[in-house]
Amino acid sequence: MAEKTKDELLHDHNNDGIDRRGFLKCMAWAGTGALCIMQGGVLKSYSLSQMSQLGGKTPSGELSFAQISDSHMGFNKAANPDVAGTLQAAVDKINGLSTKPEFLLHTGDISHLSKPEEFDTVDQILKGAVAKDVFFVPGEHDMLNDEGKQYLERYGKSSKGAGWYSFDKQGVHFIALVNVLNLKAGGLGTLGQEQLAWMENDVKQLKSSTPVVVFAHIPLWTVYPEWGWGTEDSAQALAYLKKFGSVTVLNGHIHQTMQKVEGNVTFHTAASTAFPQPQPGKADSPGPMKVPAEQLKSVLGITDVNYVKGQHALAVVDSTLG
Amino acid sequence: MKLRVCMAGVMVAIVAMTGLLAGSSKVAAKAQQPAAATAEVKIDNFSFGPGTVTVAVGTTVVWTNRDDIPHTVVSTDGVFKSKVLDTDEKFSYTFDKAGTFPYFCSLHPKMTGKVVVQ
Repeated sequence: MAEKTKDELLHDHNNDGIDRRGFLKCMAWAGTGALCIMQGGVLKSYSLSQMSQLGGKTPSGELSFAQISDSHMGFNKAANPDVAGTLQAAVDKINGLSTKPEFLLHTGDISHLSKPEEFDTVDQILKGAVAKDVFFVPGEHDMLNDEGKQYLERYGKSSKGAGWYSFDKQGVHFIALVNVLNLKAGGLGTLGQEQLAWMENDVKQLKSSTPVVVFAHIPLWTVYPEWGWGTEDSAQALAYLKKFGSVTVLNGHIHQTMQKVEGNVTFHTAASTAFPQPQPGKADSPGPMKVPAEQLKSVLGITDVNYVKGQHALAVVDSTLG
Repeated sequence: MKLRVCMAGVMVAIVAMTGLLAGSSKVAAKAQQPAAATAEVKIDNFSFGPGTVTVAVGTTVVWTNRDDIPHTVVSTDGVFKSKVLDTDEKFSYTFDKAGTFPYFCSLHPKMTGKVVVQ
């Protein structure tokens, strides 16, 4: 009951009459694209087909960055025999954005089998992006067989614990979390006590007006527990963020775009650059979804995020590769 | 005389046939023995099939990943742990003790299974 009461309070934060079910109905699916704008702590979300509601203005601001996810370099099955080609297409798409992103976030599953040559190929392709800095979090495919040793050597030199860290850009605080290690039988993604304690301390000194972006591989909201699409202890992490007016959570893992708004938090998952996965429960398993070759790029994509300082706005825009 | 020789011939033939039969049943027993000591689990569509296998002590269980996505086979109690299995790769473990051995895929922990050793 206590759990339910807490949820209700979160839902009622905006006093907009939209509950969890309502938000679930508002999910944006692969290919449709979504835009989120937060102004003065009030969040508005639009599908790209409703862009006219923005008065024709393309979001822009002091900070722009792009999210890519689930490159699965090394995957070579029917769902996409050329994952290097589609990652290159994602980089081309980023390089073609009217507002050049300052940096990239990669929300994990960089590689398919944690092989050195897979990571090398991704690094090589990302060197071609206009944004030179890339901030990574690991997916479960990046920490195979060695509990993440290789991943940490490549991408986690200045990180804490199993690879978590935070940084600031233009007044926005970014928190990179790892929820793919020490998974328990029958369970979901896990952050663990050590990481949660670090996070609590990390946000303690921040002003509540600081916009916060949290990124991790597995969704930090329960998308579909039957397929493991959620994180066991994410409620604890989100509790530390209650004081902030603007929190954006960016995830990957489920290979489709989806978003949900709950109180002050906007949750968003990015498309994969490699292959699509089925909508929750719409197939026997979450395995790679085969689509006709000519449609593949329409279900892969990138996410572009803009932060407008003066307007307290954070806009999240998905675009497909095709 | 002629008849006795013929009978002897028949006897030889019968003995030979019995020998053959005995030989073939030995072959069948040999082929059956390893079959009884091996059990297979297929990984299909993010699930272990069958979810529970019941085997005799000394049985080797072989897991084969038939998905397009890699999986692992990890004992919940730390008894056995596979490396990551890509498509069509196998992992096997021989169960020398009786007991119930729950296991899961450490990448997709909703995938669980059980080996019951009697």
